[in-house]
Amino acid sequence: MVSKLKSANASAAGQIISRSPRQIAWRRFRRNKVGMVSAGISIVVLMLSLFAPVVCKILGINPDELNLDLIDSSGIPTLPNGGISREHPLGLTPGIGRDLLANLLYGSRISFLVAFLTTGLAIFIGLIVGIVGGYFRGRIDDYLGRFTDFLLAFPAFFMIVALSEPMVARIQETGIAQGNSARVIFLIFFLSFFGWPGFSRLVRSQVLSLRERDFVTAAQAMGASRKRIIFKELMPNLWAPVIVVVSLSLPGYLAAEAVFSFLGIGIQPPATTWGILLDNARRFVTVYPNFFLITAGSLVLVVLAFNLVGDALRDALDPRSER
Amino acid sequence: MSSPLLSVRNLQKYFPTSRNVGFRKEKLQVKAVDGISFDLMKGETLGLVGESGCGKTTAGRTILKLIEPTAGEIIFEGQDITKLRPGLMTPLRAQMQIIFQDPFSALNPRQTVGKIIAAPFEIQKVTPEGGVKKEVAGLMQRVGLNPEHYNRYPHEFSGGQRQRIGIARAIALKPKLIVADEPVSALDVSIQAQVINLIDDLQKADGISIVFIAHDLSVVQHISDRVAVMYLGKIMELAKTEDLFTAPHHPYTTALLSAVPQPDPRGERNRERIILKGDLPSPINPPAGCVFNTRCWKVQEVCRSKTPELLTVGKSQVACHFPE
Repeated sequence: MVSKLKSANASAAGQIISRSPRQIAWRRFRRNKVGMVSAGISIVVLMLSLFAPVVCKILGINPDELNLDLIDSSGIPTLPNGGISREHPLGLTPGIGRDLLANLLYGSRISFLVAFLTTGLAIFIGLIVGIVGGYFRGRIDDYLGRFTDFLLAFPAFFMIVALSEPMVARIQETGIAQGNSARVIFLIFFLSFFGWPGFSRLVRSQVLSLRERDFVTAAQAMGASRKRIIFKELMPNLWAPVIVVVSLSLPGYLAAEAVFSFLGIGIQPPATTWGILLDNARRFVTVYPNFFLITAGSLVLVVLAFNLVGDALRDALDPRSER
Repeated sequence: MSSPLLSVRNLQKYFPTSRNVGFRKEKLQVKAVDGISFDLMKGETLGLVGESGCGKTTAGRTILKLIEPTAGEIIFEGQDITKLRPGLMTPLRAQMQIIFQDPFSALNPRQTVGKIIAAPFEIQKVTPEGGVKKEVAGLMQRVGLNPEHYNRYPHEFSGGQRQRIGIARAIALKPKLIVADEPVSALDVSIQAQVINLIDDLQKADGISIVFIAHDLSVVQHISDRVAVMYLGKIMELAKTEDLFTAPHHPYTTALLSAVPQPDPRGERNRERIILKGDLPSPINPPAGCVFNTRCWKVQEVCRSKTPELLTVGKSQVACHFPE
């Protein structure tokens, strides 16, 4: 009899499937079609970028090979549609006749590298500053708050333009990196330096409201250390908003890298990024619009996909937030 | 007579605040708790009642040193803990716990129930016999939860069940003192009864002393051995539950009791209501003399100048110049 009751209990419990907050968010995300498609595109693009050498080998394209036989004397591909053919799926870049798809793939690697490292560094600093300010409040928070205000009010764009040359030269002098590596370091460093205040404000506001919740008082009443309260009680509640802002700011930095390379203060040729390709395309836009449309279209597609994934993540993780 | 588990002497908690006067900032103090004293015996339940904003919750949290007191003494098991540093406070925290009013905010939404109830063992570095997991399952059973729900998250439970989780966490380390901060006022009436009876049973079994904060007088009457009535940060009357409810001495207590509806319609019809005039004065600038003098119908000149002490009248302690 007892065993019968027990098994009845077990089967009743089995019918109600227990779900963690993460599983619930995942189910909600899966129901969002736009989000799922965007996530698919984002993942495919990231994979193509990550495995660019393999992809290029399979397609038989080479980013550095100059197809001088396929362009005319003014640098325009001789074949129709900008040289789109079986060998060159997206055509050739004008001027020197490199394969466009291979250049887009290899170029995206630097763009993604800058975007990911910048976001990572900015969120790291933002988390520390935000948690310290929000948890300890008082004078520390005042000083940190004024400093973030200062950075937010600072004309960061002009700063980066103005400091680009001397700072890159300084980095090269120290011997840490040369050429384009130095420029990548400069971009990541400065973009994240001006990027973290946004994150820190978000984290601070979250911590300020979380620390007043009773479960934090409960932890204090049990004698929990500050470390435990911050890492075990507060941090797990911060991941949802942090994931959302990360996914929304990634495309921003992707575009920022393109802008600075476009302006000529980022990565320099012969290396390729999407910004450099766009800068090239601009010069040929009247005679050879294909190149511009494909390059700009790729950037728009990726930035849009990342943004939509961010939106979908926000809806999934925080159903109460409004659009 | 045995020595009390907890002695509170002249406890004060003032919160600093400021008001803009022109371009100047005037520094002010909110007198949330303004000199309360009481003893709590082992296994006793002391009800703490009063209107909202009278300092009940602040008093409860200050006793546990979750808020640093401004002045006064808190003596727990003969040890003065008023000035104890947080580090030295940690081992004592195993013996004093708190149950919260809002069961939705009291549990971390990102932790499973098992983890929440196991937290006290983790923090106090206590390993119970048979392991933490077994102990947690036992605790869940004790408070009326299914131990199979160990891996569930708080959002999967109802308000009453969450309150049970909070209670399981509070009794995990077998504390000697629990401050129950309006533990049932957020629950439905039917659930209130279950949770109150649960607290009552656990207390009888473990001999816990409880400071039971509430504004619902019938709840307090049911659970408390003694009751303290608070008004504007001060204790107005402190008496055995039956004495307080049958023979109130302080006009404020009389007014409070007259507000309790009676289940019997005939009694309800004849019930004499004392309706207090005016609003609760601001705790920033409480009235001089007796704090209740602005709303008392028995007010005399002396009430406006001299603060009444908490003195013994009959079997009760009353802070009034003209007790009944």
